[in-house]
Amino acid sequence: MSTNMTIHLRYWRQSGPTAKGYFEDRTLSNVNEHMSFLEMLDVLNEELQLEGKDPVEFDYDCREGICGSCNLVINGQAHGPKKGTACCQLHMRNYFDGDHITIEPPRASAFPVIKDLVVDRSAFDRIIEAGGYVSVKTGSAQEANARPIPKNDADLAFDYAACIGCGACVAACPNASASLFTSAKISHLSHLPQGDVERNNRVVAMVEQMEEEGFGDCSNFGECEAVCPKEISIAAIADMRRDYVRAVL
Amino acid sequence: MISLNAKIPEGPIEQKWSRHKKEMKLVAPNNRRKYEVIIVGTGLAGGAAAASMAEMGYKVKSFCIQDSARRAHSIAAQGGINAAKNYPNDGDSVWRLFYDTIKGGDYRSREANVYRLAEVSNSIIDQAVAQGVPFAREYSGLLANRSFGGAQVSRTFYARGQTGQQLLLGAYQAMMRQVELGGIEYYTRHEMLEVVIIDGKARGIITRDLVTGEICRHEADAVILATGGYGNVFYLSTNAKNSNVTASWRAHKKGAMFANPSFVQVHPTCIPVSGDYQSKLTLMSESLRNDGRVWVPRKKGEDRHPNDIPEDERFYYLEEKYPSFGNLVPRDVASRNAKVVCDQGLGVGETGLAVYLDFRDAIARDGKDVIAAKYGNLFDMYANIAGEDPYSQPMRIFPAVHYTMGGLWVDYNLMTNISGLFAAGEANFSDHGANRLGASALMQGLCDGYFVLPSTIGNYLADVEPGTSYGTDHLAFESAAKQAQDSIDRLLNINGKRTIIDFHRTLGRIVWDKIGISRTKKGLEEAIADIRSLRDEFWTNVYVPGEKNNYNKYLEFAGRVADFFELAELMAMDALDRDESCGCHLREEFQTEEGEAIRNDEEFNYVSAWEFKDRNGVLEEELHKELLNFEFVELKQRSYK
Repeated sequence: MSTNMTIHLRYWRQSGPTAKGYFEDRTLSNVNEHMSFLEMLDVLNEELQLEGKDPVEFDYDCREGICGSCNLVINGQAHGPKKGTACCQLHMRNYFDGDHITIEPPRASAFPVIKDLVVDRSAFDRIIEAGGYVSVKTGSAQEANARPIPKNDADLAFDYAACIGCGACVAACPNASASLFTSAKISHLSHLPQGDVERNNRVVAMVEQMEEEGFGDCSNFGECEAVCPKEISIAAIADMRRDYVRAVL
Repeated sequence: MISLNAKIPEGPIEQKWSRHKKEMKLVAPNNRRKYEVIIVGTGLAGGAAAASMAEMGYKVKSFCIQDSARRAHSIAAQGGINAAKNYPNDGDSVWRLFYDTIKGGDYRSREANVYRLAEVSNSIIDQAVAQGVPFAREYSGLLANRSFGGAQVSRTFYARGQTGQQLLLGAYQAMMRQVELGGIEYYTRHEMLEVVIIDGKARGIITRDLVTGEICRHEADAVILATGGYGNVFYLSTNAKNSNVTASWRAHKKGAMFANPSFVQVHPTCIPVSGDYQSKLTLMSESLRNDGRVWVPRKKGEDRHPNDIPEDERFYYLEEKYPSFGNLVPRDVASRNAKVVCDQGLGVGETGLAVYLDFRDAIARDGKDVIAAKYGNLFDMYANIAGEDPYSQPMRIFPAVHYTMGGLWVDYNLMTNISGLFAAGEANFSDHGANRLGASALMQGLCDGYFVLPSTIGNYLADVEPGTSYGTDHLAFESAAKQAQDSIDRLLNINGKRTIIDFHRTLGRIVWDKIGISRTKKGLEEAIADIRSLRDEFWTNVYVPGEKNNYNKYLEFAGRVADFFELAELMAMDALDRDESCGCHLREEFQTEEGEAIRNDEEFNYVSAWEFKDRNGVLEEELHKELLNFEFVELKQRSYK
């Protein structure tokens, strides 16, 4: 039989973007070990509502670790303790009866809080908007197999393309840098012949947009790679810097 | 009386789409910027349509409920996308893809639409590759293919287990390029609540800004709904938590017909429910059934560990009932039989709602390494979610709702019966009949978005005076905005005792038990009564927290659950009308002694298109029938013996 645990929660409350935030504490006494972390928050919210209180807002959608909506910082770690795992795929069996868990939104000036644990990550959209694409119109594509792509290149491009845009890299970085997110898209496209054409313009436009959004610079802490739910390598950041220097010189 | 005209072009099936393209009206490039098109939803269909139409020069307004277009639920599709490229030289063709899809849908889809889908499938792959979608490749550098259910050829293109993600990012990036270029006005965290109809034409929408709660009015010359399926009516499904029927349903209540609402695909291999707190279900590739053996204990109330149950006390029910197909029977048969054994009390796990999928024999035969190489990622996923090691003990699996074939009725141009209102992707009903084949959802979404709508929308707009504007203070906008606001106020003012999730979960159980894997006349009639009484309680006893002028996810849910209540009743009505079994729809009264579906082509070879009349306590809908005319394919009974 599955076991129930008592978990002491401390979570961030903030009623709006300009309101002052604070921590609220609450103990849950019926946390099943098979619950996902977000299901535990669902239970918390059911309890709060039955007492006529406002539920805690947090972002989620697929709950399969692929949409990138969830982005909780759990006991100081983006997505919590499990490596290569988004917090929607984190299960309570990774915790012990009586544990204390603190839940915060990702802290970055480029990700302003909307409410409680929900933040505005539209800066990521604007970075992609600046150049994270191949400029090909619908209907103008050539036959798909006309251009062979070495398997290794395609596989490497995929590794970078796996980014889910959750923002854990920003949350984990002491500089709140979006370098891993930005460079993952740059590396995905530059490893493919289709993306190589616009390589120079892309890297300049995306890096400049990243700075404009208020993200910090990379100082090689490597925290981003450690928390990335898709385990994207910081080799992408090195590629991005090299490309950027080459493009501007 | 609304007339249903599917507007299928004349001529041989191979020429219908090309002939239609030749005959459709065009809008000249310099005029396109004078037309505004609203596209709701940014999944494969909506995202592809937004990018393509903006590229053509139309002014596009794109809306999604998520915080970014990139998070639409298409992102979660795993397996792949079909196309008739015939790269493996194994005899595939546009005709064969068409035929497999018609047959897979158990002859309840429209020939002309399905043929067009097969025809443009190849262009989708070309487009995606050009965008930089990193499909799997062979060492030659050429694209790799694999096989999928319901086909005897290898025609599925894939990007590891994340094909949907990669295709969606391709469409999203194309969209973002147009946002940068000014072709798309991009609205995130906006939910469509009403469609605005003026003089019989769709002229705009009402949205709620999910951050500020503001009710907003948007005018356009045409509206496209690409808002996905309604699997979440079951509460538990493989759909993302925010997937909902609201946009389609509100359009339905304004006159758009809803087709085949009871056609819902249940996928046999999902990780089972572990408790009441469960919020969603996770799919695992059905390829597992190639090596896993499905069984339950023969004895009710068995409490031994599965590994301690001797061979002769194990009931390999699929192998016993279907000796020739065994564990590889089609999705609907596998799902149905799992439910039957669990209903008999033989189910396993804490809830009794699961069956074993056992790799013991496969591991003994091939070795653990071989099995790990084939299914390693799936085994890891299972271990993470279920907390058990599938190498040393059987997996527990159970069917889960996965996809809805039904949706808004559309003609060949993907236009609903309301002029200027279009529906694309899973939101329409058009291509999958009573059952969808694997790797066909991505194909359809992109087909609609990249290649069909950009042509057919021009044909419609060519007859609309450019620059037409009624202004958003027009009476139709006023009343639609008021309607949206009133329903929100009504929900917030109930102040009852039961939570929204509690109602939704209860509704989901009714729908699952009685409008799920198998249906009976009696069960469906009970379902209608149960849904009505629960709905009455919802409107007097639900508790909706918070305020309307703020971010309030539970308020969003409340509105969606209210719509699910009405949809659920229509699903039951539809299933009750269809006195036959076909594809996903098994009516227990219409099956052979062995439990095989008996289709009735004489009486039920039609699309059910429901017209909303009223809801005063009960839902009133009028059924219209679009007869399906099979000119090119011969109707046959499916058999797996």
